[in-house]
Amino acid sequence: MSGESLFFTLFTIAACMGAIAVVVSQSVVRMAFWLIISLGSTAALFFLIDADFVGAAQLLIYVGGTLVLLVFAVMLTSSGPYLKIDTSPGETVLAAMVGLLFLFMVIAAQTGVDWDGTNERIAAANGQDASAAVFDSGSGGNTLRTIGMSLLGLRPDLGGASAGELHTAYLLPFEIVSIHLLVVLVGAAYLARAKRRRDA
Amino acid sequence: MEPTLSRYLMIGAVLFVCGVICMATKRNAIGVLMGVELVLNGANVNLVAFSRYTTLGIDGQIYSLFVIVLAAAEAAVALAIALNFYNNHLTIDVDRANKLKG
Repeated sequence: MSGESLFFTLFTIAACMGAIAVVVSQSVVRMAFWLIISLGSTAALFFLIDADFVGAAQLLIYVGGTLVLLVFAVMLTSSGPYLKIDTSPGETVLAAMVGLLFLFMVIAAQTGVDWDGTNERIAAANGQDASAAVFDSGSGGNTLRTIGMSLLGLRPDLGGASAGELHTAYLLPFEIVSIHLLVVLVGAAYLARAKRRRDA
Repeated sequence: MEPTLSRYLMIGAVLFVCGVICMATKRNAIGVLMGVELVLNGANVNLVAFSRYTTLGIDGQIYSLFVIVLAAAEAAVALAIALNFYNNHLTIDVDRANKLKG
């Protein structure tokens, strides 16, 4: 078993078991911990699949930002009379059955598609080479420069960046997301400002 | 187990279904938000797998970067709403949010 498939198996099991543990856990603090395990394993899977920048962004933003924010919220909403918030056993069985049915449906949908044949048809329609080795961008995961230039409006991977050809790049979504993030965070800070607590 | 496209899509499917079940069954509002994070992560795994194994190219990874940023923004707003609910009702149980019930 090569190192790659060993790590792939390990992180697959960690991600899926972590996700199942999030659903099964009764305490919200334990759910946060298992979610950290699951998202960290997903970041490791991203590193394995040659998406280094996305994996690093996942670790920084998701695990290091969003999950810490969730843990803060758990801390801020835990005082007061702590009642054990449970779901009834009937609902648990029903949820498990619906979940398994849904999972079966999704997996049946994606195994019913001939991915290799679709690849070849798309590549033939675009006049590209369809061999699987070409899909690997050849950079071995060093996607930083390509992603950075795409976010600024150039597409070096499609060729012709300096030849004056225009390709659809991601400058406009980048600017929109920047403004969106600013507005959302200002709004959230205003929403969550300290108010005089009204006795319920 | 060799990494193939089909196996990565199955990982995405498991994460997505776990997130949906979490959203549907948890009574803690923060638990529901954790389900939303799982759903978005399942979609990200799918996107990055397609970027590597099909003709999608670097577009899948850029798309998943936008998904990560938008998920962080949405988590911030949802937590602000949850904190406001907690400050007004002193409970984080979503079943108690029935003031608008007809």
